[in-house]
Amino acid sequence: MSQDRSQHRPMTSNTFSPLSLHNIHIAYATRAGPVQAVRGVTLDLLAGESLALIGESGSGKTTLGLGIVRLLAKTARIEPGTITYRRDGQEIDVLGLKPAALRRFRWSECAIVFQSALNAFNPVLRIWDQVWDVAHAHGWKDDKAVRQRALDLLRFVQLDPERVIHAYPHELSGGMRQRALIAMALLLDPQILILDEPTTALDILTQRTIIDLLRRLKEEQHFAMIFISHDLALAAELADRVATIYAGKVVEIGPVHDIFYHPRHPYTLGLIRAVPTVSGDFEELTSIPGSPPNLINLPSGCKFHPRCPFATGRCQEEEPELERAGLNHYTACWNWPEVKREVEIHPIHGKTQSTIAFSETEGGP
Amino acid sequence: MTALIELCDVSRAFGEGQESITAVDSISLAIEPGEIVCLVGESGCGKSTTGRLVAGLLPPTSGYVLFRGQDISQMDRAGYRRYRHAVQIVHQDPYSSLNPTQSVRQIITTPLRRHKQVLSRSQAERQALELLEVVDLTPALDFLNKYPHELSGGQRQRVSVARALTLNPAFIVADEAVSMVDVSIRVSLLNMLARLRNEFDVTFLFITHDLALAKYFAWEGRIVVMYLGRVIEEGPTPRVIRNPRHPYTQALLSAVPEADPEVAQRKHAIELRSANIPSLLDLPPGCTFHPRCPYFVPGQCDTAVPPLVSVVGGGSAACPIINQERIRS
Repeated sequence: MSQDRSQHRPMTSNTFSPLSLHNIHIAYATRAGPVQAVRGVTLDLLAGESLALIGESGSGKTTLGLGIVRLLAKTARIEPGTITYRRDGQEIDVLGLKPAALRRFRWSECAIVFQSALNAFNPVLRIWDQVWDVAHAHGWKDDKAVRQRALDLLRFVQLDPERVIHAYPHELSGGMRQRALIAMALLLDPQILILDEPTTALDILTQRTIIDLLRRLKEEQHFAMIFISHDLALAAELADRVATIYAGKVVEIGPVHDIFYHPRHPYTLGLIRAVPTVSGDFEELTSIPGSPPNLINLPSGCKFHPRCPFATGRCQEEEPELERAGLNHYTACWNWPEVKREVEIHPIHGKTQSTIAFSETEGGP
Repeated sequence: MTALIELCDVSRAFGEGQESITAVDSISLAIEPGEIVCLVGESGCGKSTTGRLVAGLLPPTSGYVLFRGQDISQMDRAGYRRYRHAVQIVHQDPYSSLNPTQSVRQIITTPLRRHKQVLSRSQAERQALELLEVVDLTPALDFLNKYPHELSGGQRQRVSVARALTLNPAFIVADEAVSMVDVSIRVSLLNMLARLRNEFDVTFLFITHDLALAKYFAWEGRIVVMYLGRVIEEGPTPRVIRNPRHPYTQALLSAVPEADPEVAQRKHAIELRSANIPSLLDLPPGCTFHPRCPYFVPGQCDTAVPPLVSVVGGGSAACPIINQERIRS
């Protein structure tokens, strides 16, 4: 695949950000009133990094992912907020793109791999026809060149290219379909790849092949990737940075090690303590009390306070914004020093503060 | 002690002739009262079919299902009813396993009244309230008049469990009972099920594809690993998790994504010879794992179906070459 990619976007320039979200709000109009699915998300995706957005169902993570490529349902509105995309010194205001430019932006600049590989393909078209449709719509005329590129990509995702390119989607297993989908997302050499629940509903051994493929993609191709998942394990396996989303807001963001071993938000801590691992000794797990909030009728103050063991009076009244809690590590919690103390007293997987390797540069969230 | 439930050489096929597949192939499994048995495997391995056979929702094509030592197909009406009362199932999907037109009150009191567990409507109501408290749906009175669409996935699954408890079962088959529930509330459901075992003496067959969940829930019990309709390994949970003997179990455990970045970095998945799962319509001869197995020995693995053989540390595994010290964990 293209070698030039790594030259004009070297891994070392960690300050370049191909995508910036600023104060994104997304609401769905429903009969019961507007549902605030995303409430003020600001983040910069850095060149070559993989960022995991983790959260539970209804946290707004998929809405945010779809919002970036403006594929939301008609009832959704992105307002206010700005999405800035950068390439080769140019800045593009994604929300201001006209239909033709938006079509070009999707797939060739920012591609998305949808949740549920089963339904993402057109079931009555062979893979080749779907590949050609995409290439054709983006102005490719030479079907031989497209075919060659498609075969290369299918080989890259470890499929038998000649067989798969002529297959109908139903002839492929779930894992093969997911890989074919990833190959198709790469067709137009996008700068950013968004993957929505890429391993959900796949078997363990198949999950492993997809994770290994994505890791190879990350190491060899230097895409900037956004993973959307409810699965902490996927984030632990693949992410450089993790953002925890709760009730439509990023409540914590930081390097993967800091998030997993030194979380500074009670919700992140709760999630980590609620997920069992296979390796290591038997550890008692604790669940987060209560259930995720109703997005139409959100609690006052910090949206997590009704479920939070650290909650104080202030949490019921004022919603905290992200504040710095470490190098490149931000949390939206009034009581994060308490969370810090708790993690120091009861370390996660036996990890203490001294084991953190700090990254050298300091950036924004 | 007689086993509470025993499967003796049970098989179950679906379809006929050329199109016939054997979803469960000659399984023998005995579950003692008070035990927790966890059935794990990938989709299509026959774990749910096994659960349905145990719960009497499917008759076996061959073999016997014994309940307290008695063959369920030979039972008289009263005996069969006692078995069906004693063995209940909690299904995977709480969105389709509850009747959307019935309130929680109806869902729980119907079986109580139908099976004459209560004498009057008011007694049914009292019992329903008690059951809702057992599954932590409190205040119970608020939940009685709710309909499934008013409940979250976790709450629905609790209603499902409460319904399973109405007939005072000795045995519950939980088929992927927590896999559709959010991470943050999964553990509280599991802990609730574990409490039932202690307080109500319920024996569990817990079916899951998630090995970490199996480890957590059945740490004091047993794990049974299935592959393409057969049991290929079973044993006490700590032994199976720490020292898996069958190459398939080893491959599964080495492949599980871990929610711990350092462990995830260190982990090396065992390379299989093929990523494709054979079709149930065309199973390979001998050990069905041999086309993928990294330890495959021609002539030894592809001839006869290997029997389950006892292994060090408890339990057994069905691999012809594990005893030759070729495989180290």
